Amino acid sequence: MTNHWVDLKNTDCALIIGSNAAENHPISFKWLTQAREKRGAKIINVDPRFTRTSARADIYAPLRSGTDIAFIGGMMNYILQNKRYHEEYVRWYTNATFIVKDTYGFDDGIFSGYDPEKRKYDGAKWAFEMNEDGTYMKDMTMEDPRCVLQIMKKHYERYDIELVCRITGTPKNKYMEVIEAYAATGAPDKVGTIMYAMGTTQHTVGTENVRSYAILQLLLGNIGRAGGGVNALRGESNVQGSTDWALLYHILPGYLNTPEAKKHPDYATYNAVETPKTGYWVNKPKFLSSLLKCYWMEDDPAKSYDYLPKRIDGKNYAHIAMFEDMYKGIIKGMIIWGSNPIVGGPNANKEQKALANLEWLVAIDLWQTETSEFWSYKALERPTDKDEYDIKPPEEIKTDVYFLPACGSYEKEGSVSNSGRWMQFRWKAADPVGESKADLEIVHKLALKIKELYAGSSRVEDEPITRLTWEYGHGDHPDIDIIAREINGFTVVDGKPGPQVANFTKLMDDGTTACGNWIYSGVYPADTGNPDVDYLARRRINTDDQVDPNYPPIGSYSQWSWCWPVNRRIIYNRCSSTPEGVPWDPNRASIWWAGEEWKGNDIPDFGKTTDPNGPGGRNAFIMRPELVGCMYSKCNEGPLPEHYEPWESPIKNLLNNQDLNPAVTVFEPDKQGTTDKYPIIGTTYRVSEHWQSGIMTRTQPWLAELMPNCFVEMSEELAKDRDIKNGSEVIISTTRGDIKALACVTKRFKPFLIDGNYVHQVGVLWHFGFNGYAPGEPANRLTPHVGDANTTIPEYKAWLCDVRRA
Amino acid sequence: MARMTNLYDVSKCTACRGCQVACKDWNQLPAVIEPFTGNYQTHESTNGDTYTIVKFMEGEDPVDGIYWNFLKYQCMHCSDPACMSVCPQGAYSKTSWGATFHDPDKCIGCQYCTYACPFEIPKYRKREDKITKCTLCVDRVEEGLTPACARTCPTGALTFGNRDELLQVAEERVKFLRANGFPRATIYGKLELGGLNKLYVLTDTPDKFELPIDPKVPGQITFWQDWIQPYFGWLIPVALAGSAFSFVTTRILANKNGDHTEGGHE
Repeated sequence: MTNHWVDLKNTDCALIIGSNAAENHPISFKWLTQAREKRGAKIINVDPRFTRTSARADIYAPLRSGTDIAFIGGMMNYILQNKRYHEEYVRWYTNATFIVKDTYGFDDGIFSGYDPEKRKYDGAKWAFEMNEDGTYMKDMTMEDPRCVLQIMKKHYERYDIELVCRITGTPKNKYMEVIEAYAATGAPDKVGTIMYAMGTTQHTVGTENVRSYAILQLLLGNIGRAGGGVNALRGESNVQGSTDWALLYHILPGYLNTPEAKKHPDYATYNAVETPKTGYWVNKPKFLSSLLKCYWMEDDPAKSYDYLPKRIDGKNYAHIAMFEDMYKGIIKGMIIWGSNPIVGGPNANKEQKALANLEWLVAIDLWQTETSEFWSYKALERPTDKDEYDIKPPEEIKTDVYFLPACGSYEKEGSVSNSGRWMQFRWKAADPVGESKADLEIVHKLALKIKELYAGSSRVEDEPITRLTWEYGHGDHPDIDIIAREINGFTVVDGKPGPQVANFTKLMDDGTTACGNWIYSGVYPADTGNPDVDYLARRRINTDDQVDPNYPPIGSYSQWSWCWPVNRRIIYNRCSSTPEGVPWDPNRASIWWAGEEWKGNDIPDFGKTTDPNGPGGRNAFIMRPELVGCMYSKCNEGPLPEHYEPWESPIKNLLNNQDLNPAVTVFEPDKQGTTDKYPIIGTTYRVSEHWQSGIMTRTQPWLAELMPNCFVEMSEELAKDRDIKNGSEVIISTTRGDIKALACVTKRFKPFLIDGNYVHQVGVLWHFGFNGYAPGEPANRLTPHVGDANTTIPEYKAWLCDVRRA
Repeated sequence: MARMTNLYDVSKCTACRGCQVACKDWNQLPAVIEPFTGNYQTHESTNGDTYTIVKFMEGEDPVDGIYWNFLKYQCMHCSDPACMSVCPQGAYSKTSWGATFHDPDKCIGCQYCTYACPFEIPKYRKREDKITKCTLCVDRVEEGLTPACARTCPTGALTFGNRDELLQVAEERVKFLRANGFPRATIYGKLELGGLNKLYVLTDTPDKFELPIDPKVPGQITFWQDWIQPYFGWLIPVALAGSAFSFVTTRILANKNGDHTEGGHE
């Protein structure tokens, strides 16, 4: 989230799209309810079916899965054509004024620089014109036909209301209602927020879906302001933390790219290639140096850089690609930690088969998961004879499976970082059950054992392990205090940890500081002797202090927990004030220019003493090399979001002749379903009552009672057509496999009128597997192995299927 | 202690059912896992091990389109409860602050209350041969805590406090809702049956929430309560025998009609 949960109370209008916030993020409605009650805020929900969120929304508009860019594109077109955007904000805080080089082009769904063989773009073709002094060429009137605003106007003029509704299936009156309500937040004193989740990201255009929201928010002047922002509602309590800590393959902690072998052969080259010339990321070498120093404290970062594992240049290591490699027998062993791909992974049949190719599997979880028991007879059961991947019976599986019991979150201490980037410490409430252990203890013992195995080796290739610094105390459980100091960062004195640094501005690139994750630097600064300030676990004073009598507090609660970066609650908050430094809305003032310095209800995301009327005084996005918010930017599929159909779609693309996102990798071309056999759109989702792959909730009788079975929601029209009764058993089939589920026939799902024809959509809960009190079949046996062009997040949310009576 | 009540504002409820689980947790009630029948609702009504449920009601209005209403449903803690009137054992009593308290030690499991209740709330728990229902968390409230359901509610739909004060809150909410897209918003429980100790703010008329618009205690119970009980105490054993006879015959007749689902003494 650019903002945070409490801040939702400041909004005038919440657009909930690609999210079922009421069900999957119940606490969000605590704050939205307050916004409605105290500010008269409107809640808009856009979703293929009428959900519990829709039931609490003021406006509900249906859209067909996978058509977000068309939907948002139409909104942008309306806003651009009718000049409903926040002009001053757009002029000063976005790249709308930038002039694009004439090598940029767009024709029938393809931007310039496309190589159809490699399905890749040369992004250099989309660059900006530069002045001779190295600055960006701009037109502050935004009238130059090659300035970003005009390019956007031209790009989105094709997205007219009629065409958009033919694509999305949204009734025109509902669409207009949404546009009018949301465009109203373009007024300088109004603010709107966009709340999204996996309904947005789990598409072949997932990244561009999010970008379309970001562009809309920039146009309306809603970024960096209380009650605004682009807010990713994270699906687990610590997804934000896990991303910050580099759970994904392409990053090191603190969003530093993982090195590629040829592109970044050595430390100097990495820094040269990865460090931009402008923006705060010019400090990147300091962050990398400090991180390397934290891993290998006795070595010079230039040397220890070589210890980092390097990716093969351009190779994809995301979940789908990894399982494809496993399926081919390339990967031999796997540690799977708190993950259950037999239920949660896309194309779960293929992933189940892939697991059988492993020589060994270590599964770490609270309960035996379907994945840790993928070899069992229970895992073999299928509702029909269909077996696309030749799943092996237990007697033919040779994989050695080890199960390590982990304890629950209340049985260990440590922190989680919520969607709003608040790092909150939790004490242990109870001792772990049986032999189960905290994750930290498991990883600590594993690391110590590995170091023991390599001890004494003088081979140079073993140096990354033999020279690794692993000093976390003497017990079985590592000392959290030491870890916290390392996260915060400290000065290295004689190859040992010295005093902690105040925050990341004190980090150095010469190997004199170490820091585990620069964005968290400042969470545990130097000892001042005041436990209220120093201590990591501070749940400090629960008040929302008023800084200035003219500006009421905005719910920052800055004394409660700690928030990265440097306890700043709303990022890009320079945008909350006019170019001259006066809050756009005094009732929701984030920061303001107080003559000599910036003051505020939040930590300024800006130079504290940078005069708004002086040089750089309006460079509101200090993290960007452009120093402004980027409506026009670089993704793998182009500089502006364009609508493409999902990989499996019931119709041709009506906006251009490219059906599929041109930059997407297709892993299994033979498994693409077509409408002759699979005419129905399928999607998957969660409910309040279960958690992710269900292993923590299906094992709880009270929660199993709430949602006891896997069900598929469908319209009354489809049920009538297929002679399906409410509550009866049905088979859902795709090219990947079949599952059985119970029918939930409801008025809340309606067929979509798409380009003159009715198209049905169904939705299946994906929480279920064969274990627990609420067993059911995994919906992910239906979903495809295809993902987004930038992140490879699987396209769980739009595919083709058929439904029949069981 | 002043008269205390729950205020449940459906316009803020997202039907997460945290209340349902919190109730089971505090009262240590076992799960009653029934198969999915096509509606999110877990049980048709409350049962011996489920004191509160959230009802899900969907429909379509020609003007307003689809609606999906949620309603937390449990004992209403009536001012003048029918269950208390009919209980031959005096197992029911009213606390000073308004809860309708059921004493399982006195209960003989006759189920008169189940049939007398206008909301069909008291339910029979076969394994103990007792009636059970929502206690309004007497054991928490009298220790200064709020009921488990209200404490867990994430959105503030369910609150607990002084009835007079919450009535004012409810009036304000109804005013707000009527001005903001819910012209038929209303309070439920203010006057119904002389005033319930569960107040509801509804976004629509009570029938859209499967609540009786004008709930009534069956006539024979009123008669019993007003006339027979005060003046003809000596008639009680006779009447009881007669009622029991009639109850048993009704059950036998019902069972003959194939109705075996409601539990009982058989």
